[in-house]
Amino acid sequence: MNVDLLVATRKGAWILRGDAARERFALDGPHFLGHELHHVVLDRRDGRTLLAAAKTGHLGPTLFRSTDQGRSWKEALRPPAFRKAREGEVAKAVDHVFWLEPGHASEPDVWYAGSSPEGLFRSEDGGVCWEPVAGFNDHPRNAEWTPIEKVGTPDGTLLHSIQIDPRDPRHLYISLSGHAGGTLESVDGGRDWRPMNAGHLALFQPEPYPEYGQDPHCMRLHPQAPDVLWMQSHCGIYRLVRPDTTWQRVGEQMPVEIGDIGFPIALHPRDPERVWVFPMDGTDVWPRTSPGGRPAVYETRDAGKSWLRRDQGLPREQAWFTVRRQAMTCDARDPVGLYFGTTAGEVWGSADEGASWRCLARHLPQIHAIEAAEFAA
Amino acid sequence: MKVWIAQPLRSYTGERHVVEATGATLGALLGDLERQFPGIRFRMIDEQDRVRRHMRVFVNREPIEDLALPLAPGDEVHIFQALTGG
Repeated sequence: MNVDLLVATRKGAWILRGDAARERFALDGPHFLGHELHHVVLDRRDGRTLLAAAKTGHLGPTLFRSTDQGRSWKEALRPPAFRKAREGEVAKAVDHVFWLEPGHASEPDVWYAGSSPEGLFRSEDGGVCWEPVAGFNDHPRNAEWTPIEKVGTPDGTLLHSIQIDPRDPRHLYISLSGHAGGTLESVDGGRDWRPMNAGHLALFQPEPYPEYGQDPHCMRLHPQAPDVLWMQSHCGIYRLVRPDTTWQRVGEQMPVEIGDIGFPIALHPRDPERVWVFPMDGTDVWPRTSPGGRPAVYETRDAGKSWLRRDQGLPREQAWFTVRRQAMTCDARDPVGLYFGTTAGEVWGSADEGASWRCLARHLPQIHAIEAAEFAA
Repeated sequence: MKVWIAQPLRSYTGERHVVEATGATLGALLGDLERQFPGIRFRMIDEQDRVRRHMRVFVNREPIEDLALPLAPGDEVHIFQALTGG
């Protein structure tokens, strides 16, 4: 089976068509040229359905759907949208869909979507029609967790990192990045939510360990050890093993000159102690570049007790790109293939679990997201 | 009545830049456009019935935000994208 890469960029989407050996990759695209694509995702349950979250500089947000490996696309009939505001309510409108997540294996047509501003949406027909998840969007505390403010990430305030417990479709996690924010958990299918941020530092708040208000950049649940959660945050790298509810900062063993600030985190598909991160410069005025202009992936094999620099093949100097929160991923092969896309429009890949890297594509627009996809035959 | 369609929306109208639609109000006319060209309305009007920030709607060459505006036969509706870039 081939490994393809779904590349979402500021100006369209591309599919890097790979071969079975992961040696040769060919660009297929652009798809939706001129649209800003925040996420293109394959439904891992059927290996067929692709969803793409798109908008343009002028037009409102929408979703496109393909069931033929991206050869043709059809627009969603009812894209994610907030319900109409009642008199006196804040009238929210989806600016763009930021995160797409296939639902639990037992619910084959269910998908979730997270938006900017922060909203949660659900489809029960494979992504054709979407409804707001009232349990979050209308939660009595929603205004606390998602205050309407002018500040936010450069992409606006975000709901991202939708994670579903493979043992229980009712057990969900989401993360928020905005004026408030943090990670929330639901154990009843999204009807109710509670913050889960103990131990997670928020250096930019008056209270450094608030109930909510942190900035989790990317949070992921291990697919084979779903009690293990990993997070790359604005304020470090964290790990949480449920039923504990206090995050443990495990990035402090990173080299001091590199730090543990970054956006993405990729989990080894089988080993819950093993992850890869892509640090960025979070010092001084927050340049958000590769530290020192020398990009590197860092890997831990022991749940964060130690970290290894993985930069063989990457530029040695004067390379100032960084990698956004959805733009690093891995495949499920053995050895694992790792991939990341840069703000400078390059795709880098490693077929040996990060030991060596090579550039698979360059001169693309700024890359927002990369997903590895193995289409069903 | 005649409706001039902005270039980014013409993938919905089969690349036609002028189409015919009917409606007693601007909102009803946009509903008729949606019936004829599914998906077009949400790309220019948000879920709170506001014209999107980078779109412009003119009725008889006057900029309009209110979807309740009454329309009469012979009115002309122009839908443009605003100047924006990046």
